[in-house]
Amino acid sequence: MGTYSNFLWSLAKKSLTAGLIAVTISDRLASISPVHGYSMSPTLNPKTNTLPELFSRDYVLMEKLCLQRYRFSHGDVVAFSSPENYKQKLIKRIIGLPGDWVAVPHSYDVVRVPEGHCWVEGDNSANSKDSRSLGPIPLGLICGRATHIVWPPRRISKLESRIPQSRLSSS
Amino acid sequence: MRQWISAAKEVLERASTVAKFLCWIHVTDSYLLSSTVVQGASMLPTLNFAGDVVLTEHISQRLGKVGRGDLVLVRSPIDPNKILTKRIVGMEGDTVTFFADPHLGDYTISREVPKGHIWIQGDNMYQSRDSRHFGPLPYGLIQGKVFFRVWPPHAFGSLS
Repeated sequence: MGTYSNFLWSLAKKSLTAGLIAVTISDRLASISPVHGYSMSPTLNPKTNTLPELFSRDYVLMEKLCLQRYRFSHGDVVAFSSPENYKQKLIKRIIGLPGDWVAVPHSYDVVRVPEGHCWVEGDNSANSKDSRSLGPIPLGLICGRATHIVWPPRRISKLESRIPQSRLSSS
Repeated sequence: MRQWISAAKEVLERASTVAKFLCWIHVTDSYLLSSTVVQGASMLPTLNFAGDVVLTEHISQRLGKVGRGDLVLVRSPIDPNKILTKRIVGMEGDTVTFFADPHLGDYTISREVPKGHIWIQGDNMYQSRDSRHFGPLPYGLIQGKVFFRVWPPHAFGSLS
């Protein structure tokens, strides 16, 4: 009886320690998270007709070190909590950083990105809820930068930080 | 050779203890409670100008239990490396009315707080940069709820 409870106790202690270390690493260094939806297609979750959605889901490596200084560059893929619902996380590409002038697609507006904000858009503009409807996003809402696709194995690759051709302005 | 191995083992053991300790600190600091030094004139007379040490808890903000009248730490929308301490005046759907410029007169402006946003103001309306300047903030910028003051000693006690 004594050895049994001893074993349980040490197991509980070990799993607690492992959990603490895992939480710290995923908060401070990097974590892996699944991507839902098609707003970043074809970069993430390209549409396939052969597999059900559950199996074609991409998993990305979220790097958290960028949160120490909040420095980002154009074309980074970032995850942030939605300004309308803080529990919902969105993943989009940064198009504009503070001080930039951004041409809003499908309208003649040109918006200046305010200090401490960024302009984000999904790669699949037909199916994406982003700065076109939400407006500029405070940088403080960003909770990580996606750097690699880590799952499924055939899609393992580095995510390039690029700006879509259609968004390059002449000025 | 053997003593080298034992020395390396001991170093490894010490390092893992330190690492575990740091992990504990990180988890309590970001999920339970942390202490913060608050400075500036924007929250006078609730918080002193010279710098108070306050305790902040991070549980109610995750459960969505932060509401009107609470003192909160908020990540500044203008500079994400800065943290502001303000009071929540309105939640989503509320209509807030405030003086356009308290120095000049009592001309007021009303605005509705959009979905998922909060309206924050400093208690010292003459010297505070808050939602009156940069508008409503997303709830996700809340970092914690201030609930207790530990320094200076004569003001030790809970804050509300």
